Amino acid sequence: MKQIVDQIKEKIMEKQVPETSWFSPFNVVTGIILGVGLILTILRFTMGLETVTNLDNNTPWGIWIGFDLLCGVTLAAGGYVTSATCYIFGLKRFHSAVRPAILTAFLGYALVVLALHYDVGRPWRLPYPVFYSQGTSSLLFEVGLCVFLYLSVLFIEYSPAALEWLGFKKARNIIIRLTLVLTIFGVILSTLHQSSLGALFMIAPSKLHPLWYSSYLPVLFFISSIFAGMSMVIFEGSLAHRFLHHKMDQTHLDESLGVALGFSKAASLVMMGYVCVKLLGLSLDNNWHYLTTGWGIWFLVELIGFVIFPALLFAAAHREKNLTFARSAALWTILGIVLNRFNISIIAFNYHLPSDQRYFPSIMEIAISIFIVTLGVVIYRFICTRMPILHEHPDYKSH
Amino acid sequence: MAISRRQFLGTLGAAVGASAPLTNTHAAGRQFKGYPDSSGVLHDTTLCIGCRKCEEACNRVNDLPKPNTPFDDLTLLDKNRRTDAAVYTVVNRFAPPKKETTPVFVKKQCNHCLEPACASACFVKAFTKTPEGAVVYDESLCVGCRYCMVACPFEVPAYEYDNPLNPKVTKCTLCAPRLAQGKLPGCVESCPREALIFGKRKDLIKMARQRIMARPNLYVDHIYGEHEMGGTSWLYLAGVPFGTIGMREDLGTKSAPELTSGPLSAVPVVVGLWPVLLTGVYAISKRKDKIAQEEKQAALKAARQEAREEQAASLDKLREKMTQEKTAAINFEVKKALEEAAKGQQEE
Repeated sequence: MKQIVDQIKEKIMEKQVPETSWFSPFNVVTGIILGVGLILTILRFTMGLETVTNLDNNTPWGIWIGFDLLCGVTLAAGGYVTSATCYIFGLKRFHSAVRPAILTAFLGYALVVLALHYDVGRPWRLPYPVFYSQGTSSLLFEVGLCVFLYLSVLFIEYSPAALEWLGFKKARNIIIRLTLVLTIFGVILSTLHQSSLGALFMIAPSKLHPLWYSSYLPVLFFISSIFAGMSMVIFEGSLAHRFLHHKMDQTHLDESLGVALGFSKAASLVMMGYVCVKLLGLSLDNNWHYLTTGWGIWFLVELIGFVIFPALLFAAAHREKNLTFARSAALWTILGIVLNRFNISIIAFNYHLPSDQRYFPSIMEIAISIFIVTLGVVIYRFICTRMPILHEHPDYKSH
Repeated sequence: MAISRRQFLGTLGAAVGASAPLTNTHAAGRQFKGYPDSSGVLHDTTLCIGCRKCEEACNRVNDLPKPNTPFDDLTLLDKNRRTDAAVYTVVNRFAPPKKETTPVFVKKQCNHCLEPACASACFVKAFTKTPEGAVVYDESLCVGCRYCMVACPFEVPAYEYDNPLNPKVTKCTLCAPRLAQGKLPGCVESCPREALIFGKRKDLIKMARQRIMARPNLYVDHIYGEHEMGGTSWLYLAGVPFGTIGMREDLGTKSAPELTSGPLSAVPVVVGLWPVLLTGVYAISKRKDKIAQEEKQAALKAARQEAREEQAASLDKLREKMTQEKTAAINFEVKKALEEAAKGQQEE
């Protein structure tokens, strides 16, 4: 046991790149953000939500749910999308994209759970719904159970990278054999909780604007998680190419264009399907007349500007084999996902209230959200510079 | 034991007949109409004078913190208020639709739904609808996620945002502890105008209907809470449309569990279908790979075979050619030798 601990310690302390200075711009900026985050954390757990947030009795959910939970989970969908593409659908040319996607998903979900600790009143009771008192009639229960299980699955799916790095061959080989089962399990859990996040709002038809309230909410959330995941893989790939290029091996570099263009084509198609379901929902509830109101224009901005437009850009990217198009479309789609989740959870939620009772996040709420994203980036960078994520470990080539 | 066709059909008919009422009761079981003898309160807003005595009593019996403005300060009525962490009930004043009539006062508190949205939404079962009628909250289970507040169509549950570590959700309890002691709810007991009447819900509905029938000019022909969101234990009568006195008329009659039953019923479908489908997709993609691999192998083999045959053919040709050349050379040599021998013979 002690040997194992020593081995881990040694690996972590191992210097990867000779740091020229502790005060690189990246370190300074992240340092400030993390410092502010820590102070706000103390404030949150000593003074309560009232001091840190703008939440009130009419708006119990703010950006910690709208962004950290809803967007966090949706944008972490790249994990199940990429692993399913590679291992279930057998498109092996996506193989080098699986590990970064799984790592992002794992960190994403872990940070979602961390963010929830800030939002809920008694975070130490977060295991209650799973282990102590199961409120099975609640969609939030389904979300909680699935997120708990999927976080465990993602941890196991991610672990081979860590085990290869640490040199634990036997354990690594056992887990690799579980790949298919874990992937299928991941898709089931993702289907359930991605859709349930949308279904959370179905209990409040009187509070969510009819243009966004639909019995298709769960379907829409699930479909949008597919193209959100693909966009994140493309977007993240562009960031990794810029900052972690030296960590990529030839296979990764050779495959990355194919991954981006392949996902561009797929995302474009899925997004058009999403638009169809949106229009179907609009027709079934006969909500067309709302389109002429202010809310309707906002709805169209979201649908045309942030779904149809990037879908066409993705299609163009694939046809022209244009990586810049693909990356721009991916970023645009991600913004669209954030906009959609904000619309449903914050902007079009409580639309009936007078404007002075509406919610707008406080600076401190935004700072905590930035703090949590930054934490994710720092951990991602830490892992990618050390473990075989963007390259294959020399001992395990072609496995 | 032989069964004739007639007998068999007869048994089948009986079986179908017997199962029909079974399915009926099953379907009826889903349409929960509330506990039969549950209690409730009828709030006749035409009688309310906005004295805030109920607010005061509520504050007292629930040991809530004393507010900054005393309860006899009626200027608070100028503001449209809602319940909050320290206030389980509020009375609001609404301007009359016509100038000559008096303003309308409406008391707001938890309506104790028959099928509460908060209880349906709670992922730790912290809310319970008791057979007596109250929707009660168990602090010892609450995680503080506030989904109940999102779910409540009446915007009632409040939260202790100022409590950093042990915040509670708060709302009216229908004075469940007092009811257990045989007392009336604090607000009902204190109402000087009998604008609040406590009783069995089914009796209250009858009473409300009688009042509407007796004075159709005074009342709007609607008992608010009879069907709203599946029905509530608190019922309301009013002389003006409910929409004008802060009560939403677009809530519909579907209860919260009905609203979410669709997505919840999708769970077994996904859990049952996905593993089979995905394993199938995997098997198909693997089989495709295998077939492609085999075809590749076969093509390679054929190509190799062809190359080998071609090679063999050209070798044969070469060999033949060489043999021919060799024979020619031998013949030439023989011929030459013979010629030389003949030449020698001639010389001798």
